[in-house]
This record gives sequence, C-alpha cells and structure tokens, in this order.
Amino acid sequence: MLVTSLTPFAASIISLLAIVSLMLAFVMLGSRWLNNYLYAIAAESWVIAALSAAVGVVGHYPELYVIAALTALFRGVVLPWLIWRIIRRLNVAREIHEILQPSSALVAGALCVIFSLTVAYHVGQSLGLAGTVAVLALTVMLSMKLIGFLMLAVRHEALSQILGLLVLENGIFLGAQILVPGMPMLIEIVILFDLLIVVACFGMLVQYLVAHVGSTSSLDLKRLVG
Amino acid sequence: MTAALILIMMLAPAIAAATCVVVRRAQLAEILNLAASLIVAVTAVTLTVLSADGPRYFWNHYIVLDLTGAWVILCTGLVYLLASIFSVGYMRLVGENDRLWVFYALFAGFALTILLSAVMNNAGLYWIAIELTTLVSTFLVGFERGPESIEAAWKYIIIVSAGISLALLGTLFFYWAGSFVLGPTYDMTWEALRAAAPKMNPALAVLAFLLVLVGYGTKVGLAPMHAWLPDAHSESPAPISAMLSGALLNGAMLGIVRYLTIADAATVGSLARTALVAFGVASLLVGALFIVRQEGIKRLMAYSSVEHMGVIALGFGFGGPLGIAGAFYHMLNHSLNKSAMFFGAGNVMRACGSKEIAAIHGVWRRAPVMGPLWLAGAVAITGAPPFGLFLSELVILRAGLERGFAWATAAMAALLIVIFIGFLNHFRGMYFGDAESDASPLKVSAWCIAPMWLALAPLLVLGLWWPSGLWAHFVAVAHALAGVQP
Repeated sequence: MLVTSLTPFAASIISLLAIVSLMLAFVMLGSRWLNNYLYAIAAESWVIAALSAAVGVVGHYPELYVIAALTALFRGVVLPWLIWRIIRRLNVAREIHEILQPSSALVAGALCVIFSLTVAYHVGQSLGLAGTVAVLALTVMLSMKLIGFLMLAVRHEALSQILGLLVLENGIFLGAQILVPGMPMLIEIVILFDLLIVVACFGMLVQYLVAHVGSTSSLDLKRLVG
Repeated sequence: MTAALILIMMLAPAIAAATCVVVRRAQLAEILNLAASLIVAVTAVTLTVLSADGPRYFWNHYIVLDLTGAWVILCTGLVYLLASIFSVGYMRLVGENDRLWVFYALFAGFALTILLSAVMNNAGLYWIAIELTTLVSTFLVGFERGPESIEAAWKYIIIVSAGISLALLGTLFFYWAGSFVLGPTYDMTWEALRAAAPKMNPALAVLAFLLVLVGYGTKVGLAPMHAWLPDAHSESPAPISAMLSGALLNGAMLGIVRYLTIADAATVGSLARTALVAFGVASLLVGALFIVRQEGIKRLMAYSSVEHMGVIALGFGFGGPLGIAGAFYHMLNHSLNKSAMFFGAGNVMRACGSKEIAAIHGVWRRAPVMGPLWLAGAVAITGAPPFGLFLSELVILRAGLERGFAWATAAMAALLIVIFIGFLNHFRGMYFGDAESDASPLKVSAWCIAPMWLALAPLLVLGLWWPSGLWAHFVAVAHALAGVQP
C-alpha cells in the first residue's frame, strides 16, 4: 500500500499537489469568465501530471511517468486548446445570468469539502488509514466530484457544463493516482483518449446548439418538458 | 468456434459502419446495415445457445461470454435486426437522404458499442464501452437536427456523462477495495473482483456499489436519474428510440447486475438489494404518474421504458432464482415489445404529422393492418395476458413475496394497475375517438409493419408456450447468478 509507506516529505509533496488542484477547482467556482475556467482546468491538469510523476518517483511506478507525460500533453495542452477553439467560435465570454453568485457558490463549495472530509474520514477510519494521505486524497476526490456537480447545476453556459464534467473527471483521475497507483496502464490511457473524444463530441454538439437552437445557455433549453 | 462467432458479430457492424463512411451512399448504407444486423442477430442467437456451457474467456481474459452477457447480446441482436428492417421504410420518410449514410454508419456503430459492453470482462473497459455508447447515440438522438432533437441530445450527453462519471468513481473504489486483497496491480475482471469481494471492507464496498448503482442507473433510466430518457427517446428517429430502449438500457443494466453479484459476495448484498428495489419502485411511480397525464405519444412510450426498467430492477433486487429468471425474461419481452411500440408510434406520428396524442385519432379504422398490431402491443406492454410480459411480471411479483419484500411487491402491483389503466386510456382515445373526424387511411409501408409482426409473434408464443430448451436455459441463468447469493 503506497499511502501507508510514504516518507513525511513525499506525503507533504503529494498533499500539497492535491490541495493545489482543489484550490484550482475553487478558482473556477469563484469566477464568471469562461477564460478563467479554461486556465484553471489547464493548470489543474498540469498539477495532476506533476502528481502522477511524484507518485511514480516515491512509489517506484515507472509507468506513471508515461501517464504523467500523456496527462500533461492531452489534458494540459490538447484539451484546453480544443476548448479554447470552441470559446473563440462562440462569442460568449462569461456567464451572464448566474443562478448562484460566485461568492455564494464558493460557500456552497466549502460545504461540499466539509461533507467530503466527513465521508473520507469515516471511510479512512474503517480502513485503518486515518491520518494518511488516503484521507486527503479521498476528500479532494469527493469534493472535486461535488464541485463539478455544483458547476453543472448552477452554471448554464454550455461550456461551463463541459468544464464541470472535466472537473468531475479530474477529481477521479487525481484520486486514482494516489489511491491506486498500480492500476493497469491500459485502462488509464484508454480513459485519457476517451476524454478527448468526449470533448470533441461536445464541441460538435455546441455548434449544433448555436446553429439550431440559437443559444448555448441551458436556460433556453426548455422545449421538452413533462 | 465461439471466438470466431464473437469476432464475426463485432466485425459485421464495424465493417458496415466503415464502408458507409467510405462510400457515402444512402442505398448501399441501407443494405449494408441490414446485412450486418442479420448477421448479428443470427450470431447472437447462436451465442446465447452456446453460452449455456458456462463462461468462456478469450483474448487474455478481456472478453467473456457468459449467460448474463449473452442474454443482453440476444436482446441487442434482435432489436438491432428489427430496427434495421424498420429504418429501411422509416428513414426514407425523414427527408435527410443526403445524410442517410451518416445515420447508418452511426447506427451500426451504436449496435457495435452495445455488443462490446456486453462481452467486456474488465470493469474499466466495460465503463468505457458504456461511455462510447453515449457518444455514438448522442448524434443519433440529434440526427433530425431540429431544435428539440438538439436539446434532447445535449441533455442526454450531459446528464449521462455526469451520471456515469459516478460509475467510474465506484469502479475505482472497487479496484481500491480489491487492491487490499489482491495487491496493488491486478486485472480488474469481474471474477477477480468477485473473488476478492469476501475480504473487501464492507463500508468501502457499500460506497462503491451505491456509486456504481447511481452511475449506471442513470444510463438505465432509473428514477430519479431518468431525466434524459423521455427527451432522448421521444426526439430521436423511431428506430433509434427502439435501440435506446430495447438494447442500450439492458446493456447498462448488465453492469448493475454484475456489480450486484460482487456486492453479494462482499456480504453487503441486502443493503445493495434494498437500494435497487427502492430505485425500482421510484421508477414505477414516476412512470405511472407521467404515463397517466402524458400528451406526447413517444414520451408515453419513453415513460413506459422507465417503468419497465423499474420492473427489471425490482426483479434483480428481489433476487433468488425466481427474481433473476423473471428479470431476464422481462428484459427480452420488453426489448421486443417496446420495439414494436416505438415502431407503431413512429408510423402513426409520420402518418398523422404530429407527436401529440390528441392529434391522433381513429387509428382502428384508418390503419386496418397496423392498428390492431399496435393495440395488441399496447395490451402486451401493460402486462395483460396472454403475452410474455404478463408471465414475467407475475414471476417477479412472486419473487418479491418469497424474498420478503412485501411492501415493494404491493407497490409494484398497485402501480402496474395504474399504468395499465392510464396507458390503455390513451389508446382508447387514439383508436376509438369521435367518429366524424378525418377518416383518410394512414399510409404505412410494409417495411414498417413487418418488424412489428416479427416482434409481437414471439411474445405471444412465449406467453403461451415455453420450449423445454428455453426453460433449461433460464434455470441455468438463475442458478449461475443466484449461486453467489447469501
């Protein structure tokens, strides 16, 4: 088990990286500009790549270097570039009618983190891992999951929703690096590619939304009810 | 032999899709897809028979053919064939002849991804196959490119992607729970997880199972995660509605069933079952409420799918040989019946030029061939004898009583009666409305009626008479799954 055999230094590096990526999720929650979301998600991907490499070093998993490189390349460069192209075409720079003010969203996000911490603490205790990095990893993973859902719920621009989904995925990926670093590489690589396809599909759909619905705001999607 | 058959079953739609993309001609695409679906249907039936010999593994244990997977393959193969026949007649009416090759390429690809998900032996790869089904079918849902279909496609991909990301988290937790037993690196096959399950931490196993249940439950359309389902089913072209309802939902249900056996092995089965039963009752309730006051004809069918997925969830949730056999039997019945219902709805919608139930009237007089067939389908889908669904629902009810879920059984019975009345009331309006209305006959091509016959005939036969081979197969399925129960 990697999480129980870390030196204090390695544990603090990994904790630091995990917390930085959680902070970046809060950056997205606290902003209303789509460009900020994009920078935050790109930075988060680089942090996760660094985390993969760090876990690879301390846990002696050489295949994680490959994952780190691929994460940096795909999540850190190609994905933001794809999304940047969509933003440029759309002519939408920011969220216009917030359902929840960024400041309130930050508070809601904090509540999500507290809830995640409680769950993670209990799971960690029942596994005998209380006080290790595992609890922090679980907390970050679950909070990013909840923050992603929060973004899906309170933001209505099509792009914010795509980025909300990416936060969900980033959270899982981050947790996976710490909790199950030995996960077969094949699966991780397939999931990485899968994400690219997902975003490409979203890109096409957003164009259809513009062309056929005339808006990229989910508030205008109200034809189908009942 | 089995390996070759699986390969043929995968290659047929793959080649058809690839050729459609290269050649880009509507007529050829139509023929290719039909041929592929015929091959898939024949191999699917053969594989179902072969699967009775116990699970077989191929290609480094990445591919499995077991009883449960084969049953989903059977449903998918049959619905794919029926929908392909239907789309020959139907898609010519949509007026998108230039893009018809796109439709058929995606259609074959969609069938391929569902079949893939059914044979995946690795929990991670299964997740990816399910994700791929979403991506391919999104573009089928939005194929008609109206504002409504694009809206439905967008809701579909957002809700389902968000939902199954929970399933990914659950999958990861199962892997983590297994890594305490099997070491940090292992292949996450279903049997590896089942083998590790008895030593898994129960708290983690419960958390993981609930995440997986909500995740794949979103894809299955269990209430309250069903929000995408009525939109996607009602806005996609009718053959795709049939595929979504009759094939895709089963493919996702398979994941829940597989994880349920793992939860059973991890001795958290009773909580897992209660959760599944609760989702099943919720689905029936939502289905009943929306069926009674429904205004759109395809949305009516869509909510009926929510209801039937609830029934299947109840069957698996009750468990025991009866519950499992009933649920699997119901899966096949629902696939066939719902295909026929969507075909009928598509036909009527095209002929009357409206999706509203209120705009459809006099079907009995105006469509002398299709009308009675569709009505028979409606009687069947509400669970009236002598069709197969009556039998499977009865078996599931009995299983509920036997396994001590009296409250759920009572709720199920009551809601099924409400749905019976509500559903057939809409049909009464459409068939025997006021007499002075427009009496021009509804034009429906033979391509669009033939698959309805093909779907309903086996339902009637299986409702009245069971061949002994089928009986033996069900006993084997039930025992294979029930064997690992507490």
